[in-house]
Amino acid sequence: MIIGVSYDLLRWEEKDIITEAKKSGFKAIPIFTKDFYSAIGVGENYSELEADVIIQRNTSHARALTTSLIFEGWNYNVVNDATSLFKCGNKLYTLSLLAKHNIKTPRTIVTFSKDKAVDLAKKIGFPAVIKPIEGSWGRMVAKAVDEDILYSFLEYQEYTTSQFRQIYLVQEFVKKPNRDIRIFVMGDEAPVGIYRVNERNWKTNTALGARALPLKIDDELRDLALKVRDIMGGFFLGIDIFEDPERGYLVNEVNGVPEYKNTVRVNNFNVSSYLLNKLREWIKK
Amino acid sequence: MVLLKCPICGNDVNVPDDSLPGEIVEHECGAQLEVFNSNGKLALRLAEQVGEDWGE
Repeated sequence: MIIGVSYDLLRWEEKDIITEAKKSGFKAIPIFTKDFYSAIGVGENYSELEADVIIQRNTSHARALTTSLIFEGWNYNVVNDATSLFKCGNKLYTLSLLAKHNIKTPRTIVTFSKDKAVDLAKKIGFPAVIKPIEGSWGRMVAKAVDEDILYSFLEYQEYTTSQFRQIYLVQEFVKKPNRDIRIFVMGDEAPVGIYRVNERNWKTNTALGARALPLKIDDELRDLALKVRDIMGGFFLGIDIFEDPERGYLVNEVNGVPEYKNTVRVNNFNVSSYLLNKLREWIKK
Repeated sequence: MVLLKCPICGNDVNVPDDSLPGEIVEHECGAQLEVFNSNGKLALRLAEQVGEDWGE
């Protein structure tokens, strides 16, 4: 089986996929997307790229989405496909889809005016969390303890370069323990996950210093993860879940190109190898 | 190892033979460099800075 690995930055995960693919007898073709181009309607032949499946691993959301679109246009199997990447990449889209299918999420408001955002934030209560519609690693996510601070954050957002800078997304501050859950779905399984623990910062992104600890996946969590997969699409997802003291599991975000170095380390679980085997099963079908 | 030049300070940089484009190399001059393919040969350029849409 031939595996294409589409990437822009060779992180631990991309190297590991290539190494594990070779160990398992797959042919691995690195596709460095900064050297990549697409021509439409100019008679160029792209059949040289032979791959049974292309694993989408671009660090940049824009490059991931765009290259998945291009590969799909050439009839390759792409994991994850552009549609599921778009659903995951846009937090508003993610939350809307999950709510539509009765998956519990943090209470969220979206408005196009700062004054309305502050008014509505009073309904969900303070502290409130402001976050960009698109973004990762906890960047530009802020906790507003009162109306004044919320208004200031909304103003700051207007001066970012985000294409969604005049769309304001405000969420309740979930009273989770000092951790959240990252659970991985690969194909039709949810085999591994971590707690991300941060005693010093309410943000539990490992990019911001949270520690990874092994997660025991119970039936409820597994069922939830697979239901989210059915709603979002995609083959390889990292699902972020809060534990709310009253409402139980709340799905916060879904990641379409998840990083998993810490998951492998603390669980002694070979994510790359598992993913490759699930892909082999899928392609054989 | 492949001997390359740092595009910032001009000094030598040793890069493993099996390096792939997109690999990041920290150089002693302080530059963060990215391996890329220049006409079939490995070369170095200044690495891209973290982007607004990076990460997961």
